Formats: sequence, C-alpha cells, structure tokens
Amino acid sequence: MPEPLLSVRDLEVSFATDEGVVQAVDGVSFDIGQGEILAVVGESGSGKSVSAMTLMGLTRSPNARFSGSAMYKGEDLISASDERLQDVRGAEIAMIFQDPMSSLNPVQKIGAQIVEQIQAHEALPDAQARERVVELLERVGIPRARERIDSYPFEFSGGMRQRVMIALALSCDPNVLIADEPTTALDVTIQAQILQRIRSLRDETGAAVILVTHDLGVVADIADRVAVMYAGRIVEQGSLDDIFYDPQHPYTWGLLGSITRVDKPRPARLPAIAGLPPSLADRPEGCHFRPRCPHEFAKCTEVPPLEARVEGGQHLDRCWLTVEQKRSDREVLPGEIGLRSKEGAPA
Amino acid sequence: MSSQPEPDGKLLEVEHLKLHFPIRDGIIFDRQVASVHAVDDVTFDLIEGETLGLVGESGCGKTTLSRALMRLLEPTDGTVRFRGKDVTHAGHKQLEPVRRDMQMVFQDPYASLNPRKRISQIIGLPLRLHGAPRDSIENRVRELLEKVGLHPEHLNRYPHEFSGGQRQRIGVARALALEPRLIVLDEPVSALDVSVQAQIINLLDDLQDEFKLTYLFVAHDLSVVRHVSDRIAVMYLGKLMEVSPAEELYTKPIHPYTGALLAAIPIPDPRENRRRERIVVGGEPPNPINPPSGCVFHPRCPRATDICRTVEPPLARYPSGHLAACHHPMNVTEDEIRAAERDETSPHGCGDELPKDSLETVSLPGSAGAS
Ligand SMILES: Nc1ncnc2c1ncn2[C@@H]1O[C@H](COP(=O)(O)OP(=O)(O)OP(=O)(O)O)[C@@H](O)[C@H]1O
Ligand SMILES: Nc1ncnc2c1ncn2[C@@H]1O[C@H](COP(=O)(O)OP(=O)(O)OP(=O)(O)O)[C@@H](O)[C@H]1O
Ligand code: SF4
Ligand SMILES: [Mg+2]
Ligand SMILES: [Mg+2]
Repeated sequence: MPEPLLSVRDLEVSFATDEGVVQAVDGVSFDIGQGEILAVVGESGSGKSVSAMTLMGLTRSPNARFSGSAMYKGEDLISASDERLQDVRGAEIAMIFQDPMSSLNPVQKIGAQIVEQIQAHEALPDAQARERVVELLERVGIPRARERIDSYPFEFSGGMRQRVMIALALSCDPNVLIADEPTTALDVTIQAQILQRIRSLRDETGAAVILVTHDLGVVADIADRVAVMYAGRIVEQGSLDDIFYDPQHPYTWGLLGSITRVDKPRPARLPAIAGLPPSLADRPEGCHFRPRCPHEFAKCTEVPPLEARVEGGQHLDRCWLTVEQKRSDREVLPGEIGLRSKEGAPA
Repeated sequence: MSSQPEPDGKLLEVEHLKLHFPIRDGIIFDRQVASVHAVDDVTFDLIEGETLGLVGESGCGKTTLSRALMRLLEPTDGTVRFRGKDVTHAGHKQLEPVRRDMQMVFQDPYASLNPRKRISQIIGLPLRLHGAPRDSIENRVRELLEKVGLHPEHLNRYPHEFSGGQRQRIGVARALALEPRLIVLDEPVSALDVSVQAQIINLLDDLQDEFKLTYLFVAHDLSVVRHVSDRIAVMYLGKLMEVSPAEELYTKPIHPYTGALLAAIPIPDPRENRRRERIVVGGEPPNPINPPSGCVFHPRCPRATDICRTVEPPLARYPSGHLAACHHPMNVTEDEIRAAERDETSPHGCGDELPKDSLETVSLPGSAGAS
C-alpha cells in the first residue's frame, strides 16, 4: 500500500459520567490512503461518531480523556492545538455530521451560514459567495436554490438539511472527507446522486473518504475497504469482498445475517443478534462480543488482538477461533452468511 | 380511552389535506410572495391495526403530512378525523383528549430531545403529564429503555451523551410510554445498524399484535418499509402517486416514479451490485413553490406525453385495490386497464380520464419477482 494519507493508531476516548467511566473508543487503529473509500459500519453506539469527531478535535470536553495518534501529513491531529485544528477543519479535512440540526445554527438563514463558512477559508465578496452557495445547493439536488437560500433550517426537510451539510463539506474540495451517515434522510435516487458526487470528488482530487454508514447497500456500492466496529473496537477490517464473502468475526456474521433485501422473500420476523451490547462503563473481560457469541470458548476471556489471521495479510480480525473453525462455523444459508443464535439467549 | 373506533375500523381519515407554507419577502416582513406546496390534496384512511408505509423523494412532504395529522401544524385546507371526530382546526383544549392516543417519533432525534433534561425525565414526561404515580414512572421508564436496547446506566445521561442511534431509540421509547393507539414514525430506524433495527421493528410488530396499534411508517429504506407495511403510499411533490398492497408495490409498481425508486435501491451484495445496471431518474428535482402543470412527475418521466403536461391524472383503482395516478401506467394488462375506475380519493381538480394504453410491461432490475 502507498504511504497512507491518514494513519490512526491506538485511539482511545473515554468520558467521565455519573455512572462511571464510559470507554467509547478502545484502541482504534486504521490507515487510509489517497483516493480510498473506507466504510465504517457497526453496532449503534460502538464509537464510530466519537472516533470521527475526535479526529476533528470535536470531542474535547472537560469530561473526555484521549490517547493515541492520528498522523495527517506528518502532523498529529490528536495533540494539535485547537487553533491548528480550526484551520485544518473545513479546509483540508471536512466532516458531514450525523445530526444536521446539531451543527446548523437554527436561527441563522441557510445561505448566510454557508457564505460564512466559505469566507472563513477564502476571501470572496458576498455576492460571489452567494452565487457559489446557489450552485453548491443545486449540485446536491435542491432546485431553485436562489429562492430557498434565505430559509431557516427548520424550513427545510430532514433530507434537505442533510444535503446542506454535504454541500458545506464539499465546498472546499477537502483532502479527507469524513461522512458520518450522510444519506440516512435521503431517498434512494438522491442518495445515488450524492454517492456519485462523493465518488467524483475522490476521482478528481484523490480525496480519501471515511464513510460511516449503517446501509450495507451503500457500502456494497461505494466502499473499497470496510472496518466493522463493536463496543469501541474495530473487530474486523478488510476489502469489500473480504467482509461480504469471507467474514471472520462472529459479530460481522450477525450483522450480515440481519440484512433484509427487497429482492428476497420477506421473512415473518427479522433476524437479529440475540442479546444486548455490553455496557461501556462495565465491559466484559476479553472479547467484547463474548456474552452474545455462540462460539465463545475459554480463550475468549483474553482480548484478541486485531491481526491478520487469513492468508494475504490485509484482512484483519479480532476473534480467537481458527480460520478453519470460522469458515465452517458461520452459518451459510443459501447465498447468505449468518450467526447461529446463542442457546438460551432471547431471540 | 377517549372514544370508540368507528364501526368500519377507520382510526384516522384524511381528506383532501393541504398544507402550504407561506414564503415571505425578506425585507417587507409581512408580505407573502409565494407558498411551498408541501402537502397538496392528499386523501387516505388508516384502518385500526394496520401499518401504512409512506415513502417518497426527500422534500416531498412526508414530515409535513405527519405533523399535520398529529395536529402539530394546522392544515391549510381539507379535513383530518381521528376516531370520527373532526380535529382539523381543533384547539389545544379540544385536542387534549386525543393527544395521548396519537404519538410521534420525530425524524431529527437530536432536535426533538430537550438538551437540558436527563433521559429518565424525557421518557417520563408524557407519563407525568398524564398523572402517573411517581414510583410507577421510574419502573416504566426502565422497562421502556430495556425494550429499545439501552441500559439502566443511561437513565441519568443527557441527550448529547448518546450516539445518533441511541437518541433515535429514546424517541421511540418516549412515543411508546403512553400506550397510544396511533404512532406516526418518521424515519424511526434510519440511524440503527441492521441488527438493532431488526430488534426495534420486531418490538413494534409485537406491540401491534398485542395492542392492535396503528402505524404510519415513514422511511427511505424500502426493504424496511416492505417488511413493516400492510399498504404503502408513494408520495411525490406533495401528492400521492401510488397506494399499493405492500408486497405488490415491489413486484408490480405501476407509477413510473415508483419504478425509478425501486431501480435505485442499492443491493447489499457487492458482486450483484456491480453486475446490475442502475437507472437513476434524470432531470431537475421539482420545485414545490411552483409545481409543474399536469402530472407533477412529467418533467422527469420517460413516458410523458402531451396529456401528462396538461391534465393531472386521477388516482385509478385497479382490480387488486392498487391505486396509481398515471396516464401511462406500467405493469398492468389491457384487462386491468379496462377494469380500472377513478378512485374517490383522487385530488380535486384532476382530470376524469383514466389511462387508455398500457405501454409495454417494464421489468425492473433488482426488484422482487419482476422477470
Ligand atoms: N459525551 C458523552 N458522554 C458519555 N458517553 C458518551 C458521550 N458521547 C458518546 N457517548 C457514548 O459513547 C458510545 C459511542 O458513541 P458514538 O456516537 O461514537 O456511537 P456510534 O457508533 O456513532 O453509534 P450510532 O451508529 O448510533 O450513531 C455510545 O455508547 C455513547 O452512549
Ligand atoms: N416550516 C416550514 N416553512 C417553510 N417550508 C417548509 C417548512 N417545513 C417544511 N417546508 C418545506 O416543505 C417541503 C416538504 O418538507 P418535508 O419536511 O415535509 O419533506 P419530507 O418529505 O419529510 O423530506 P425528507 O425525506 O427530506 O425528510 C420542503 O420543500 C420543505 O422545504
Ligand atoms: S473471540 Fe470468542 S467470543 Fe469473541 S467473537 Fe470470537 S469466538 Fe466469539
Ligand atoms: Mg454515530
Ligand atoms: Mg422528513
């Protein structure tokens, strides 16, 4: 692999709460190269957004603790000053936030917010900046944007607000785009157009894209590589085909087994992984998936490292089972991969 | 319970509902210069115990329609009846008895949770407002949290201390707290991984079986909508384009917009996805301030002809009970076209002419059963 553009090592993030220390991110490491699209998938609450926001310096609150590094062009983002990160944000690394309303100012007109953002990085007169905004909004499918830019965020639909965020993030041709659930409020046709825009950003400028998403259809459509997170850790990482056709971690099996498809018969009940994710304030010893894993054995009380177990060296996972065991134990239904339910656990 | 359901089982009746937002001139503040036709003459019923799925383009009016039904917005025109009672323009006092029976899960979970309140207070609030005793509230809140897959340790946290999907589940727990009759769910599972999503949907299914709940389920994920719905309504630019028995929408889409939607679904299988050629609707997305004449989909429709540009098509009812508003329907036979009738839910002001021709049957790549 060529020199990575962004290299994250042993990232840990924890928050002090009334109920104890919540370990939201627990030793996350990954590299992403120029022109690469890395999809990050995983359990709701597993630390995807906190990891992404930490790279941007946006989780620096008094109750948060961090360690680890994130090297970008020879500079560590985790220890960089707030001023430095402010320059990097929006200009070199842009982020599309999961919750558009949490990052749009509710009492400022949409056009004015984007103008402000553009002018923070580029000296453009107002009239020209407004023209740019109209063009940006039309490129994300908001028609007659000129008539709409004086609206407030509440006057836009959920998907329109999400597209405003996308327009903002793309406004400066970033080198790294971190997109946290960028298409959850979009219908599939507009989603396809947005994914096309992300692809062309990558193709034209060689940007690296970290795409956090729950939509495995989107992953199949756009990702080069995939990282799967569970309870603060990356439990598996590999090429798109590795993850879909030779998944190594039992959590990944469960995730893939929970997919519903419109082109397959409708099951009476949706398959789901039995049980709850662990409490992050009181995590199980060893493998975090152990309490829900039907294949767990004595060794699993030790933390499995994220390493290459499959031949080839690029496909990493955190499960103690041997590759042979994994390939025979995962349930292969016709055309699908799933996780057998754990005996005694509620379905 | 406030009143008995209607004998024909209609929990909610919506007739010719319109909701237009005024657009005001920025300088002279009071002058209305135009309006956004967010919901433009929509008619449908919700039968007690059913789930109606609602899908459509981003910005087509799904949230506005939902909020109007909940009477969080006052309709511009038309009627909303809940258990036979006209609530279209009901004031705060008159709405009080029906409020607890209708709950909503909001699309934007972050904006719908009070940032200064702990989760236990947020979920407990509807219970407190309706006079539940203190100690029962705490137990109920714990029980609800567990049902949506959260831990007791989350009780004392504030909304900003949760992940996106956790906040979404807090919204679901809050809506379930009062055991309402009708729940309008606006994108309730869009921030959840497929496994947690399945748990929440199975929970909603169980509650529906047990208490005969009625759901309006708004979502962009067409596989989730297929799973939960009995019927599905497809909306485009403030209007209903198609209303279909759930499974049939996927095997036999009649409206070209529905066809375009189904064709754009990404398949969660990289090899199949690479093999498939996807057709994405072209053209400029529509402008709700000045909607197109005739069929609102005509500027982007590959089948559009002169009549489409001038006459708004009525909702035609085909023999299986499937409704579609299109002059040139897909996937219907000559016999079905001959048997079609103008449905009484058609908007005011649309034409009387039913489709005459059935252009060739279009088979959709990747859609179920279509071959
Ligand atoms: N400020 C905070 N204080 C305490 N806990 C927090 C805080 N922020 C996040 N968490 C917890 O950290 C964990 C990781 O959160 P994160 O938002 O990264 O999840 P996620 O993987 O993005 O999930 P989702 O898919 O639901 O968005 C969650 O369990 C969340 O409850
Ligand atoms: N308060 C408001 N004032 C003015 N216009 C509004 C207001 N609320 C919504 N709109 C407009 O009404 C139209 C419909 O919006 P709505 O939120 O109902 O769409 P939606 O179908 O829910 O879309 P999405 O799938 O993106 O959530 C949009 O053009 C939107 O900009
Ligand atoms: S390490 Fe053990 S518990 Fe964890 S996933 Fe593998 S088999 Fe299951
Ligand atoms: Mg998140
Ligand atoms: Mg909406």
